[in-house]
Parts: sequence; C-alpha cells; structure tokens
Amino acid sequence: MTALVRDRARTARWLQEYGVYVAVVALLLFNIAFTSNFLTAGNLRTQLVQAAPVCIVALGMALVIGTEGVDLSVGAVMALSAAVIPLYLGYGPLPAIAIALVAGLIAGMFNGVLVAYLGIQPIVATLALLVGGRGLALVIAEGQLVQLRDPTFLALGTGDVFGVPVAVVAAAVFAVAVALIVGRTTFGRQLVAVGGNRAASVLAGVPVRRVLVGVYAICGVLAAVAGVLSTARLGASDPADIGLLMELSAITAVVVGGTPLTGGRVRVLGTVVGALLMQLVRATLIKHDLPDSTAQMAQAAIIVGAVYLARERSSR
Amino acid sequence: MTGLRGGVGRHGAAVALVLMVVVAWLSFPRFGSLDNVRDLALQGSFLAIVALGMTFVIITGGIDLSVGSVYALGGVLAAYGSQWGFLVALLLPLAVCGLIGLLNGLLVARTGMAPFIVTLATLLLARGLLLAITSEGSTTYRIASGSAFLELGRGTVFGFGYPVFLAAALCLAGGLVLRRTGFGQSVFATGGAEQSAVLMGLPVARTKVVVYTVSGVLSGFAGAVTAAYLESGVTVIGVGLELDAIAAVVIGGTLLTGGLGTVLGTVVGVALRAVIQNVINQIGTLDSNYQSVVSGAFLLVVVVLQRTLAGRGG
Amino acid sequence: MVLEVVDATKEFVGVKALDRVSFSVRPGEVHALVGENGAGKSTLIKVLTGVHRPDSGQVRHRGEPVEFHRPLDAQRAGISTIYQEVNLVPLMSVAANLFLGREPRTRFGLVDRARVHAEAAEVLAGYGIHDDVRRPLGTLAVGAQQMVALARAVAADAHVVIMDEPTSSLEPREVETLFSVIERLHGRGIAIVYVSHRMDELYRICDRVTVLRDGRHVHTGPLADLPRIELVSMMLGRSVGDIRAHGATAFSEEHRAGAEPLLRAEDLTSGRRLSGVSVSIRPGEVVGLAGLLGSGRTETARAIIGALPLDSGTVLLGGKALPGNVGAAVRAGVSLLAEDRKTEGIVPNLSVRENIVLAALPRLSRFGVVSRTRQDRVVETFIRRLRIKVSGPEQKVAELSGGNQQKVLLARWLCTQPKVLLLDEPTRGIDVGAKAEVQALIDELARDGLAVLLISSELEELLDGADRLVVLKDGAVVSELVGDRLTRDHVLSAIASGDS
Repeated sequence: MTALVRDRARTARWLQEYGVYVAVVALLLFNIAFTSNFLTAGNLRTQLVQAAPVCIVALGMALVIGTEGVDLSVGAVMALSAAVIPLYLGYGPLPAIAIALVAGLIAGMFNGVLVAYLGIQPIVATLALLVGGRGLALVIAEGQLVQLRDPTFLALGTGDVFGVPVAVVAAAVFAVAVALIVGRTTFGRQLVAVGGNRAASVLAGVPVRRVLVGVYAICGVLAAVAGVLSTARLGASDPADIGLLMELSAITAVVVGGTPLTGGRVRVLGTVVGALLMQLVRATLIKHDLPDSTAQMAQAAIIVGAVYLARERSSR
Repeated sequence: MTGLRGGVGRHGAAVALVLMVVVAWLSFPRFGSLDNVRDLALQGSFLAIVALGMTFVIITGGIDLSVGSVYALGGVLAAYGSQWGFLVALLLPLAVCGLIGLLNGLLVARTGMAPFIVTLATLLLARGLLLAITSEGSTTYRIASGSAFLELGRGTVFGFGYPVFLAAALCLAGGLVLRRTGFGQSVFATGGAEQSAVLMGLPVARTKVVVYTVSGVLSGFAGAVTAAYLESGVTVIGVGLELDAIAAVVIGGTLLTGGLGTVLGTVVGVALRAVIQNVINQIGTLDSNYQSVVSGAFLLVVVVLQRTLAGRGG
Repeated sequence: MVLEVVDATKEFVGVKALDRVSFSVRPGEVHALVGENGAGKSTLIKVLTGVHRPDSGQVRHRGEPVEFHRPLDAQRAGISTIYQEVNLVPLMSVAANLFLGREPRTRFGLVDRARVHAEAAEVLAGYGIHDDVRRPLGTLAVGAQQMVALARAVAADAHVVIMDEPTSSLEPREVETLFSVIERLHGRGIAIVYVSHRMDELYRICDRVTVLRDGRHVHTGPLADLPRIELVSMMLGRSVGDIRAHGATAFSEEHRAGAEPLLRAEDLTSGRRLSGVSVSIRPGEVVGLAGLLGSGRTETARAIIGALPLDSGTVLLGGKALPGNVGAAVRAGVSLLAEDRKTEGIVPNLSVRENIVLAALPRLSRFGVVSRTRQDRVVETFIRRLRIKVSGPEQKVAELSGGNQQKVLLARWLCTQPKVLLLDEPTRGIDVGAKAEVQALIDELARDGLAVLLISSELEELLDGADRLVVLKDGAVVSELVGDRLTRDHVLSAIASGDS
C-alpha cells in the first residue's frame, strides 16, 4: 500500500521533471512519421514563430510564479503596448518600441507595488489591470485597429537574422537572459528564496519587497516585448484581440514545464519547451484535421493534468 | 474613524450608484425615461444572474473564471435544444453547465488545486465544447419564431422584460439562502476561516462543490435567457464576462479574499455598471471602452481599501 | 477517568514527539499540563482531540477504548478544545460564531436570526460579554473572542474542555472572568485540561499537574503540595540519568569577554510581549536568556534584529543605533538563528550550497552577478568546518537530518561574518551528537570574539554555556546572574518567584 503510494509519487515527480521533454520528443517523432510536410523549413519556421510570443511572456510568468505569485494581467499589458505603438511610430520605430516597453514596465511595477508593499494577493492585485488594462488600451487606440506602415518596424515581424525569424531570435535571447538572471545573479537567487520561504528570506536580510517589484516589472516588460513582436507580425495594432487569454497560455507553458505553482523554483528550459509543446499539440491536432475546439479541450486537459501532478509532489 | 471607513467600504458602491443616478438624471433628460429604465434593467439582468453565482464562489474564497465561456455555451445549447421544445431548451444548458460547474467544484475541493487555474482550464473546455457543437463557430442555431422558449427572453410585464423578473427572483432566493440557511453560514465560514470551519465540523468540501456547481448552473441559465432574448445562440458572446461579474461582485463590497459579502451589494455593483455604461452611451462622444477602465479603477480602489481595512482590523 | 491516554507513542519523521506517555483526567478536576517547547504537550492534545492518532497506545473515553478519526469525532463525544489562536471566523458575527453548524430554525427551516441573537446575548452575558452580538467577531478584543470560543465549546455539551494557553492574550480583568467561568464549569462536573506556563495561574485554579519533557511523562500529582521550584525544575531540567549517560553539555570553560558591550539593547517594549527589556553583550561573551516559554525570550531576539516592531527602546551596535529592519541589521553584522527551522530557517527547495550563501549573496557577487568560485570556496569551508554530513553541496537541504539542517543555518550566518549572533534554541530537536557539536561550536565562536545571545529551554545548556544569564518573566527582566550566582537554584527561584 505505502509502496504503491510511494511509487505513484515517484512517477508523478519524474513526470513533472521530465514529462515535458518526453512529450515534445514523442510529438516530434509522431509528426515526422505521420504528418506530411512536417519536416520542412517552412513549417518548422511557422511553428517557432507562433510559439515565440507565448514563450517570451511565459519566461516572465515563470519568474513571478517562482516567487509564489501569478500575473493575470499579461494579456492586457500586451494590448497596452500594442496600443501605444502607432502613437509614437511617427518618431521612428525605436522610440515607439521604447515607449511600449516603458508602458509594460510601469504596468509591471504597478502590480509589484500592490503585491509587495500593500500586501495584496497576487491574483487579486493583477486582476485590476486585467479588468481595466485592455479597456485602457482600447481607449488609447480609440477602439480602432491601426494598420502600420513603417517598414523597419514591420521587419520585426517578417525579417530574419541569419535566416532565423526575429521573434524566434528574441525569444532565444530572452530565454538565455532569464536563465542567466535566475542562475547567476544575486537577484535571481533571492527571487527563488523568496518563493521558497519568504519568512526565512526576510530573516536572511533579503530585500524581499524590492525583489518582488523587480520580478513583476520584468514580467511586464516581457509581456510588452511580446506585444511589440505580435503587433509587428500582424502589421497592425489591434488592442482588442492581441494577447487574449495569454495569461492562460503562459501559465500553462510554465506549469507544464515543471515549475511548481507553489514557488521556490524556476525552470527556464522547461518553460521554453512547455511553450513549444503547447504549440506542437495545437499544430498536430490541426494538421490531422482535428478542429480548433479539440485543441482547446486538449489544452484544458493538459493544464489540469500538469497542475495535478505538481500538486501531488508539493503535498509530500 | 474605523467605523466611517468600514461604512465607506461596505456602502461605497451604493453611494456611488446614487450619485451617478442623480447626476445622470440631471444631465440627460432621456436617462429617467421609462424606456431607458426598462433598458437598463434588462441589460443588467443577464450579468446579475451570473454575478449571483460568482458572489457565492467568491465568498468561499474562490473565483470562477469559466463563467463567460459557460454563459456562451449555455446560450448555444439552449438554441440547439429548442428544436425539441421548451423543456429541452431550458434543461440541456442547465445540465451541461451544471456538470462543468461540478467539475470545477470537485477539482477545487477534492484535489486542492487553485481555483483560478481550474476554472481557467474549464474556460477553455467550455469554449471548446461550444466550438465543437457549432462546427467551429460557423453554425448559429436559431430559435424557431413560434417557440415558447422565446417568451423567456422577450416576454414583458409592465414593459419590463421577463429576464428582469427572473434575475430579481433568483437574487432574492440567493440572498435568502446566503443569510438564512445553514448552507449560507457554511459559505461564509469556509471563506472566512477554512481551518476553523473544518474544526467546527462544517462541511467545507461539500460547500465548495455546491457553490461552483451553482455558479455553472446560473451562468448556463443566464446564457439560455440571453439566447431566448437574441432568438439565437450567438457563439461570440461572453468573452470577458467573468471579469465584469467579478468586478460587479467586488465593487458591491464582497471581499475578494472571501468570508464577507452580500447579494444586495452585487446587485448594486451590477446596477452601477449598467448606469455607467448608459451614461457613457448617452454622452455619445465617449469611447465605450471607458467602461472597463472605470471598472478596473473601481476594483483597484475597493481592493486597496479592503486590504488597508483588513490590516487595521487585525 | 473520563478521558485517558495509555502508553501513547507518536513519531514524526524520526523524532519521537510522544514516548509512551500516559495521561488521565478525572471528572470535575482542573488538570494542569505543563512542559517546555517540544515536551509533547501539543501532540498529546492533538491525540486527545482526534487531530493525530497515536502510532501505538490507546485513547480511552469513560473507560472505553475509542478512535477519533477527526476533530469532529472528539467534539461529538463531548471533548471540546480552545486553542491558543482563536479558531473562529472573525468576519462573521459573534452570534453566528456561537451557533455555527447548529443554528435554531424557524418553522420554514430558515435560520431564526432573532433567536440566534437573543440566545447568544443571554449565553455570552454569563461570560462577561455584553457587546452587541451582531458585531463581527474580529472587532472584539482577543480576550472576548477567547470567551466566545469557550462559550461555544461548553455549549456543545462538553464534559471535557481542553484549554491550550487560554490566557496568553488576555488582559488581567479577562483572566479573572475566565477563572470564574472555569469555577462554574468545575461546579458542573466538567473536567478541564489547562495548559499554561504561568505559575500563579496554575497554582490558583488547578487540582493536579502532569509534567512532560522531551516527549516523556515526568510527573503527575496534586499541585498544591508541590513546591514551585520543584515544578520548574522538572520542566527545565534533564533527569540525572540522562546527564550521566551523555554528560551535561559539550561546553567548556569560561570565555574571555571584552570590556565594552558590543551590542546594547535598551528598554525594548512591544505591546504586551516585551516591557522594558535591556540586554547587553560584550564581544567574546555568551549571554543566556532564561525563562519559561512565553516569557519574552524569542521576542527579545526578534526585537534586537528588527523583526518585531517596537513601541519604544533602542538597539545599539558598537554605539550606533540599528534602524529596526532585518536587512540593515544583517548588513551591520547581527544575525538571528530562528527558533523554527522549518518555517523561518531553511528554504527547502534549494540546495545546501544555496541555503548557506543566501544571506551572504551580496557579499559573494560583483555587479549583481554571483561568483560561483567564491561561493564554492565558502561552502566547502563551512561544510568541512561544521562537519555537515551531505552527499555534496548540491544535495537538497530538505533531505538532511535536523542536526545537519541546523548546521547549514549556522553556516549561513557565519559566512556573513557576523559580530553578534542571536541563537534561539540552537539545539532543539537535533540528536545528541549534533547537539554536542553545536555547543562546542558556540564555545569556539565566543573564543573568536563573537558576541553571542543564547536562548534555550534547557537549563544545563544555559548554565554551562553562558557567562551571564538574564532571566525573563512575563516580558520583563527579573534577574541577572553572574559568577557564583550562576547556579541552578538561583535560576529556578528567579523563574518561580520572580524575585531577583
């Protein structure tokens, strides 16, 4: 009986740790074998480009979840960043992008202050921006979808760097950067400690509040980056639609990637692969003529399964 | 001082509502017209039904993000079922949406998973189901023009639509259940201090299962009534409705952390929202998106106020 | 016997919280249950109330063996518990809390609010509570809340009421009310198990006493004939046999302390937990804080490091005032080894290496980037110096034994190169070998010139380890003992009577 329980727990832990890699490899093999035109440069390119924004947002989300928090406002922040771009694109692409990122930074710090200094639960604190953020973006954009014509800016969406799409390069760069932050910096190690045991971190002299504000700020900036890239790819600023349900996709990628919702751990590679996995699941289903509805339900099942496994582990 | 602040926290929404109504009445001659009042009441009634279920969930300390999808699903199921008559049109959405709510409740209460993640997943599930039965959103089921089911949404008494009376009856019943039954007491205790509630021998897990199920049923019902009103199951409605419902509940004075709240407050929250929307429309030059900005700002103020009050109260 | 436990043993991952303990309550008596932290009181209460089930041994209710699977079973059998933390729902009304789960109903099956309010007001008046019963419970004073909990417990047809430190948050006037209620219950033949550390209270209201220590039963008997000093001695001391087996402690000789105090805490006052505590520590000196649980030992240490907000008082380090936040104190060279290793010490998900360097991260990094080489050097040094048994620095700290976790935490503080070390129960819950090593280490640190504050519930540890003892009672210093007066008898009489 107890041996059985222990076995189950061990399986759950193994799955949480490596399940995402196994699943991605299995799906790849399946597609190589059974999906026509899967192993073409064009298709792989499409898959990566589609996974990139989710991946970037998920990286920030992973940091937040590592501190035992969650950020529900990432989709709204994407909309905000998309909304400000057309306003400043007249000054050139760089100022427009900078302003969009600053919008993300402010939104993130706003969340961070609510969580760290006012002591409001993360879900509750980020809900306000989830409710109001997209509306604000639509107000800024006057409810309009704005076509963008600046070729430099649009190149972010269509261009390549050494044959790799810009969005994919950006995702890779941010993944490496976040991995370095988590693994190599004082801030990163303190972040994980805060999530692992906040009371102990306080006694160890860790500047807990500053760390929390920093984490939410990074998450906001990364959401804004995703907003900029998605806008460039679409060729239009569309605050009504951009990033809808992004919070769900990002949280899914993080949790499927093995980062526990209970904090104290950040798995960067797992998160990246988690984002890829969710993209592959969707692509596989669609390529085999299963409709979008099935893909959504499959995603729902995967989230519940991943969180359930993580729960089994943390309750030990 | 604390009493005053507490009063503002509890009745702030009512005060804001009265102020809004007075200002609107004085500024827009059309605002007080019977037609406009009927419109306002009808617009608010659908949200009120959804927010009623949300009130119960939030008082237990949970949250239900799936209601928007479940609402849309309920509408489509009602329209789909209407071809077999009134009863099927009504019961099919209630049963399916109730099952989704039950699933939420079981996952939250029995596995200890976080409510927001469970209900985000069922948000997807319900959307998926909706797309599956409408051939990926391309089919819109219409309710036959002679159907008795249409009455549910389009019938009127004194010019007020049936949905208004349905919402009022449900809210009355909900208020009674919350304040005057053992179940209602369990709802408060579960959200107020779960551990204590367990130690006092209250059925905490069962209470959670019931509130999520009720939330699912009510969202499905609201969807069905909406379908009857629109004469078809519109597939694209309900996106973000969960946020409107949460905002109305919290602005109405229910603690987002659970343990405190009233149905009356939720009704006030819904009414406040409807009036603001109405005023924005009356001004005409204002972007209708100000609505959610105002909601978000209200929510923020309320949440911060609640937090500081809780900090003071110990 | 209305309720008894026979030969109960309860083990939590390697630690015996109860070791064949027997305990029995007679109808109508007030039975004191005493012991320091880790003595096994709370585990025993949890066994009595169905929160835990014993690994071996029996619970008997009115002579019959029973198995309580959950707290509700015990409550239904008439055993009610009032916890130190009020276990009610603060946001609900006083009346609702009193009747939760068994509200009177109207003819239509609805909760009869009029009756709820009327009956609640009537019942609570008997407990000295005349507040409006429709107020949220949380708006009442803690003492009044405690009284509501008591009223609820007794109303549920209880014939045994277990009170876990019921007076720890009460005002003197409220204590009097509580006692008169206890007297009334006593008169009705209800048995009461009374857990407290306040000698005066125990001697006033209790008939018999049971002393637990380190999970074992030490003594049961009438309280009136037992001298206070003997009771305290049974709670704090280790048995003679124990000392013979393992030696008293691993502490060696006196330390040579500097002349001027390095740390000077003056007039620390915080609510009702600390009232005007002053302590000073010289470099190279070990100052012990003695006193019973709840006397303000832990609070003093937390106040010094800035983790407990102060109403008044100052902490000076080398003549400069500390600003009252933990980060600044750690940077200035003051460290606190917290009492509760699990909740305030280790970060369980992280490795031994990361747990050790946590507090020293800023010191071990340049431009915010952590230097792995410097980390490894520090970690290796401390693993060797403190003889931490690990498979490697990357092992998860949660997998270590209690003693080794404690050493990891000591290493965490030592690698910040502190000047003052505040140690709150550094040897609790760790095995004998590790205990001796930690004690020897404290000696060594003092010899190296650190100023050490040592908090312990073990008298031998304090007497052997400290150069000077500050005795606390009810949040105030009652005595300071040095030199010849640093003896067991002096400490015990200071704690028992409160005279210096």
